[in-house]
Amino acid sequence: MSAAITIDHVTKKYRLYHERNQSVKAAIMRGRRARYEEFLALDDVSFEIREGIAYGLIGENGSGKSTMLKCIARILRTDAGSITTRGKLSALLELGAGFHPELSGRENVYLNGAILGLSRREIDQRFDAIVDFSGIEQFIDAPVKNYSSGMYVRLGFAVAINVDPEILLIDEVLAVGDQEFQNKCTDKIASMRREGRTIVVVSHALPSVRALCDEVALLEHGRLIRTGPAEEVIDHYLTEILSIDPAELGIPRRATGEIHLDGVEIIGADGRPLPEPTIGDAVTLRFHFTARERVVEPVFGMSFTSSDGVLVTGSNTMASGIRMVVEPGPGHLDLEIPRLLVAPGRYHITGTVYDREHTTPIHEVGDLHAFHVAEGTLRTAGITSLGGTWRADA
Amino acid sequence: MSQVREYVERRELLTNLVLRELRSRYKRSTLGWTWSLLNPLSSVLIYWAVFGVFLEVDPPVGDPSGQDNFVLFLLCALIPWNFFSNGVMQSIESLVVNAGLIRKVYFPRELLVASTVGGLLVTFLIELGVVIVILLAAGNMVLPWIPVILVLVALQTLMVVGIGLLLSAANVYFRDVRHFITLIMPVLFYSTPIVYPITTVPETWRIAGRSIPLRDIYGYNPLVRLVTAYRDAMYSLRMPAWDTLLYIAVWAIGLLLIGQWVFNRLDHRLAEEV
Repeated sequence: MSAAITIDHVTKKYRLYHERNQSVKAAIMRGRRARYEEFLALDDVSFEIREGIAYGLIGENGSGKSTMLKCIARILRTDAGSITTRGKLSALLELGAGFHPELSGRENVYLNGAILGLSRREIDQRFDAIVDFSGIEQFIDAPVKNYSSGMYVRLGFAVAINVDPEILLIDEVLAVGDQEFQNKCTDKIASMRREGRTIVVVSHALPSVRALCDEVALLEHGRLIRTGPAEEVIDHYLTEILSIDPAELGIPRRATGEIHLDGVEIIGADGRPLPEPTIGDAVTLRFHFTARERVVEPVFGMSFTSSDGVLVTGSNTMASGIRMVVEPGPGHLDLEIPRLLVAPGRYHITGTVYDREHTTPIHEVGDLHAFHVAEGTLRTAGITSLGGTWRADA
Repeated sequence: MSQVREYVERRELLTNLVLRELRSRYKRSTLGWTWSLLNPLSSVLIYWAVFGVFLEVDPPVGDPSGQDNFVLFLLCALIPWNFFSNGVMQSIESLVVNAGLIRKVYFPRELLVASTVGGLLVTFLIELGVVIVILLAAGNMVLPWIPVILVLVALQTLMVVGIGLLLSAANVYFRDVRHFITLIMPVLFYSTPIVYPITTVPETWRIAGRSIPLRDIYGYNPLVRLVTAYRDAMYSLRMPAWDTLLYIAVWAIGLLLIGQWVFNRLDHRLAEEV
């Protein structure tokens, strides 16, 4: 398959002005324009997006992923390097950008369609589909300033999606409107994907990126960290981010450190290590730790996260009424799981130790352990199984 | 050349943006489009009262039309001037006003300038139509001169788009541009023979013992030539001088090329700066 988008050594600099003063006087006084520092939003980034795949751009805030999308959309121009795109492109950066508040929905459909590159005849052909998709037939001749924000966005999405692009760029705009409309959008994007169009998504929502995308590029501080299959890169992202900076996932970092969590061992029913359990297995999660000093009634906790960032379950010793005293030196704590009823896939275990009031963290590890659950005789869809058995002799 | 192709490819968008200008201009006003005629009417009344009545400016007799009405003399220059002045002032703002669009969608940004001028061009043509009716009513058989008038309109439009491109992009980087041009506009207005005939400008001007050919210098202003040509065709009913037409054409095309060139250079970081 050939490349729909080729990004070739792209560099993009922003100017950060110390004193924003767009006046000639200031320029003359200083002998030049306002002083600024250059900020590298994208630093020599190269990758290819193959035709017909769904591609995700992920990274923290300020990683350059949105800048990259705007460069692909030609809204921003690169300072060095080039971006080549093949095929008609439509960008969903802001739904309804360019709507004129005083004009009617109908007039705005024509205007917005034209901005997005449609001819009048093309809009005529698609007009009914657009209005139908937006679900606001009865208001189509009212000025859009009277629309609710939901209606505004619906109409904007309906126009953009009906441009019939070969390449669709999406920047987290899908988190708008009610659930029903969001589902409609997701379905529409899924169907465009099936039709073999190229889709590029920028998002923080790792689960949806994981669900939608085939491949992902991970950016950090304007540099490309890695590209590859979605699962692999997202996995890497979670691991790296979690180990570099747990605060990113909302876990505070002021741990006191009397107890250090060393790792997790998975032990099977036979008492032997079972690094890759099968769904439905009886397993014991053994949390190894080392205590620096005696700690009275610490609270141990753990949580399971699937590789797309969904919290599967979490529990702690306090809720189970366990009170223990940890003596200095190495030790361990077991969590017995009679049946491991999570869907096959990759999971991360977060481990925590808190003080007896469960207020001050002693040690927290975002990614204490990662393991794989293998598929067994128990089949399931979704993220969990109830362990039920089908019977047909009723 | 690629610019020309881009304009052609996106002419639908240009049409739509012009329609947006026109539709939104008088939305929610009771008089609506009447305003586009009331505004020039009010300025005609003011200039007629001050210059025609109080100062008794004597309009030259049209040759061969024999026309000597001050209001007609004024209209033939004031209406084109209004198009120039409004076109320049509004296109300066056209990028800043549409910042939201520039930051979120890609399309050739020149079209924002072109559509602003396009919207005003429609108004201008309507006003010209009204002026032509008035001229006909006053006995000026202006109909055969309409092709010449349209050529002038076309050249003037290129000129305004060129200046608009130049200044609108500059205004994104230096917001002073608009204020500066606001200051310059009255200077241009009075250094163009709109409310007075060109004959009131002295041929030569004696200063410190030297004589300066003031009328010739005055004539280098392309707006002077443009207004004179409009007046020739509409008021006097004669063919404007060929060298005048050529002079206007060179300026119009030159300004357009310079404007587009500067615009291309400044376009680079428009979405960040606007």
